[in-house]
Order: sequence, then structure tokens, then C-alpha cells
Amino acid sequence: MSSLTSLNLGEARAGLRAKRFSARELTEAYIAAMAAARPLNAFITETPEQALAMAASADARIAAGGARPLDGIPIAVKDLFCTKDILTTAASHILDGFTPPYESTVTDKLWQAGAVLLGKTNLDEFAMGSSTTTSHYGATENPWRKSGDNRPLVPGGSSGGSAAAVAARAALAATGTDTGGSIRQPASFCGIVGLKPTYGRCSRWGVVAYASSLDHPGPMARTVRDAAILLGAMAGHDPKDSTSAPLPVPDYEAALSGDIRGLRIGIPREYRAPGMPGEIEALWQQGAEWLRDAGAEPVEISLPMTKYALSTYYIIAPAEASSNLARYDGVRFGLRVPGDSLADMYELTRAAGFGAEVKRRVLIGTYVLSAGYYDAYYLKAQKVRSLIARDFAAAFERVDCLLTPTAPSAAFAIGDHSDDPIAMYLNDVFTIPANLAGLPALSVPAGLSADGLPLGLQVIGRAFDEATVLRVGEAIERAADFPTWMPGTRPGMTE
Amino acid sequence: MALDKAAVAQIAALARIRLSETELEPLAAELSQILGWFEQLAEVDTENVPPMTSAAAIGLPMREDIVTDGECREAILGNAPRAAPGGPAKGFFAVPKVVE
Repeated sequence: MSSLTSLNLGEARAGLRAKRFSARELTEAYIAAMAAARPLNAFITETPEQALAMAASADARIAAGGARPLDGIPIAVKDLFCTKDILTTAASHILDGFTPPYESTVTDKLWQAGAVLLGKTNLDEFAMGSSTTTSHYGATENPWRKSGDNRPLVPGGSSGGSAAAVAARAALAATGTDTGGSIRQPASFCGIVGLKPTYGRCSRWGVVAYASSLDHPGPMARTVRDAAILLGAMAGHDPKDSTSAPLPVPDYEAALSGDIRGLRIGIPREYRAPGMPGEIEALWQQGAEWLRDAGAEPVEISLPMTKYALSTYYIIAPAEASSNLARYDGVRFGLRVPGDSLADMYELTRAAGFGAEVKRRVLIGTYVLSAGYYDAYYLKAQKVRSLIARDFAAAFERVDCLLTPTAPSAAFAIGDHSDDPIAMYLNDVFTIPANLAGLPALSVPAGLSADGLPLGLQVIGRAFDEATVLRVGEAIERAADFPTWMPGTRPGMTE
Repeated sequence: MALDKAAVAQIAALARIRLSETELEPLAAELSQILGWFEQLAEVDTENVPPMTSAAAIGLPMREDIVTDGECREAILGNAPRAAPGGPAKGFFAVPKVVE
């Protein structure tokens, strides 16, 4: 029943409730699809037995007439979320063999809602990257190919395994995390929907920490509606995360009224980055026209601090990472390399356990926090961060949301940018500002490049106003009519 | 701000990451390039601008000072690369000797 994997989450939920197929049948179809997609290396760990057991529980509840919101929906989980008694790696050698004795709040909520775990997906090591090439478990491939060119492309990152799995129909939806664009940029590269919620909307508890003031768990899905359904299950106050917002969770699906008339859409002129491909500029203008046609009003606005966001991020994120990653010392979990003394053991363990990009960021972070440099780098970056947040606050006095491209390019070849850290960092130039300000931001597939690759548009909203972001995103989705081809059924996209 | 090999070695020692002699030179170049790129922030006037330490608009919540978790020593030690199997150190993480 491979056609089951062509249903989106909303359709699958309806089919399960109408008993047109069982959770077991749906899950078996996805287990087969996950196995068929193995050449993409999207999963670090597959959990088919767990999936079938969870599907059986869902079937029992559906039969008893007590279906939960996500009962029987097979999803993938980024391998940055701790899952009880299931290997959790952060794609790092240093977490070898780590099986958490606890469950992250977000995944626990998903299981409480009835979702089925297919497996844990690949990522850049510790979520540090934009290509899913720095994983200890090897690179993930994008299921898409350029027209007439079969070279493997990156799925984006860091949530590249989740994005590739959803795009390849090897999972109905997935969780991701986004510290500087790690949900939205891979969503753009793989032609799916990715939502970074407001900071504090989804608990960070049990998510392996990269940069705590910037880390945001969120949903990755095939449609805006699917993302809204998933967010409803993932969001909510968690006393175990001191930055979790004690606010009620709206019904995001019900907020998808289809009506965006009268909304003011800010078009930030500073996002016209030098060197941005003309086709991305054209798609952005097209997006503004679609929203105008739907009754919204595009308004040019200014976010003058935009050009400082990237360097601000690359001071703050590594600083927080250098602190968060201090816990990997070979004592309590993961890899240990023996040494003659305790310090020797620490240094050898971290030398062997961390990859090149993680080391680079820990070293940068250590430096910008060190005595004599703290004020010049870290404190300065925190002040510029205030100004970036003020830019957004001023803009949201005039507009209801912002429209920008998600990324400055389509997916690139595996290996590109790998020798130039700053060229790789530039991938996140449009996504990072929303992390610094903590604002909700959605990537929606909006069109194809001349090479036939997906391109996304980004909608940024006011804090805790995911509902408007999703509503505007759905309007773009409807107008774009982005192709939902099955892999292998169209030229340029391989099995 | 250009870093030399000695500065990189010093940072690596602070970060508890052992680097080989051959890694120092390329890292010095890479880190110097990244730090040079940070220099653009100097042109931003941040006089009287407070540092932003969190994106959360809420203050830190308070709760009763009571135990909410625990009694899970074995589960925690279960992930340790080395835990003392028995004797007086049973139930502890094992590390190289730190006191002579």
C-alpha cells in the first residue's frame, strides 16, 4: 500500500479515523519507505519495532473511539531530541552509545498525542552546520537532483535528515531544531514546510543544547496545515524549561481561515543581499504579489541592523556552545579516551570526539568569552542583538508579518563550501535574525529554480503569533501550488 | 585580530581540546579570518544599549525549593564509560586518580 505514503498528515489522520486503513498499515508503509530511502542516509537509527508497537496502541485507541490528535501518525525525530532508552547521538562521536534515561518534553508530548516513532534522523554534528555534512554518521543526501545532473546535493542543515526523510516520503512529518535556520533552510532546500516557533513556545528540555538562547524545536512537514497540527501537539508550557512561556496554546489548525485580507506584509529592503540570484529575487516579488492578490498589503520596510546579524550570531552561538559542550568530558556518558591524568583524559576525549566544525566553534566561543576579549566580542554582540530585536519591534508597529526569501540559494552539491567556514555561514543570512529576536518564522516551498530545485519563502511574525504566520504561509502555499510529486515520478528527482 | 599558533594553543588548552602541532597553523588562519569578520560590529554605536541575554520576554520563574526528581543513580551511571563496579566507590563515576 505504498500509496499511503502519498497522503499528507491531515489526509492520513482523516483516513485513520474513518478506518479506511489502520495505523499498522500506515506504519508498515513508512517502514518500507524508510528502508527504501536508505541511500539518502537520512536516519541514524531506525526504530521499526517501536513504531509497530506504538501503531498497535494507536489502533486500539482508534477502535475504542478514543483517538488522540496524532494517533497512528508515523514521524521522524531529529537525533538531537533525547528519547528514552533509544540511542541519541547529536551526530557526534563523543555521544557514542548514549541512551538517555529520560524523554524530551517535545517528543513526550508527541507520543502522548499518539504519534509513532519511525527513527532518529541525521544532522550536522551538534546541529552546527547548514548542510548535514558534518555528521559523524556521514552526509545526508537531498532526494532532489538538478535537472539533467545526477550529482548528490545537500539537504541543507542542520535538520537535513528530517527534511530529506519528509521530502522522500520516508516520514509523514518530523521534528527539527533551529538555532540559526536549521529547520527553515533544509525545508527550503528539500521543498517542504518548516516552522521555527517563537522562543519559549516549544520546550527545550531534553534537547541536546547547542546555543540555549537561540535553540528552537519545531515541526517539519509537507503542508502548512500539517505543520500547524504538529505544532499544536509540540507546544506548551514546561516547568522543566525555565525559558518556556506560560501561555495557552491556540488551535493553530483552526486559525487557518484562508483569509489574509487587510494584513500588512513588510518587505525588508535590507534582505536584497548583494549577489542574491535573480530567480530568488523574482520569487520573492512573486510571493508579495500572491499575498496582494489574496487581499494583503505589501509594505516596504527597513531593518537597518540586518547586515550585522550574521557576525552577531557567530559570536553568541559559539560562546553558548563552548559553555554547553563543556559537559562532554568522558566522565558521565559517551566516548572516553584514556589519559594519564584527568586533564589528559578530558583533552584526548574532546580531541577525538568532536569534529572539525564543533572544535572551531568551541574555540571561537572560548576565545570571545575569555578575559580581555569578553567586552569587545561577546558583550558587544549582545548589545547589537538588542538593536536587531528593536528593528523587528519597530517594524511590527507598522506591519503584521514580514516576507523574505528563506535562503540565498537552492541546494548545493555535497562538498561545496566545506573549505570556507564563512561561505557556509552565509547560508543562514536570512534566517538568523529571527533566532536572535526569538520570533516565529516559517519556510514555505514557493517555486523551483531554473535547475528544477525547490526554493522557499520565509514568513516572520510577531512573538507568539504563529497563527498569523501559518495563515500567511498557507496563502503562499495555495498560490504557489508547489508540486507534490512522489520521488521518482518526475524528471530530475530520483528514487 | 590575528591569532598566532601560540594563541590557538592557549585557547585550546582553555577549551580542553588537545590539538596536534600540525592543526595549529590552519586553525590560526581560519579563526583569524572569522575574528576579522567580527570587526564589522565595531562600527555599530551601542552606547547606552543594554545587552540582550535572552529572547524570552518573561523573567525567570520561581518555584518551591523542593526535590522534584532523583532516586535514579543506576540509570545515570548506566551511561558512564566507567563506573566503579564494586567496593567503596560503587555507585560513583570513575576517573583517573587526581590526588597522589
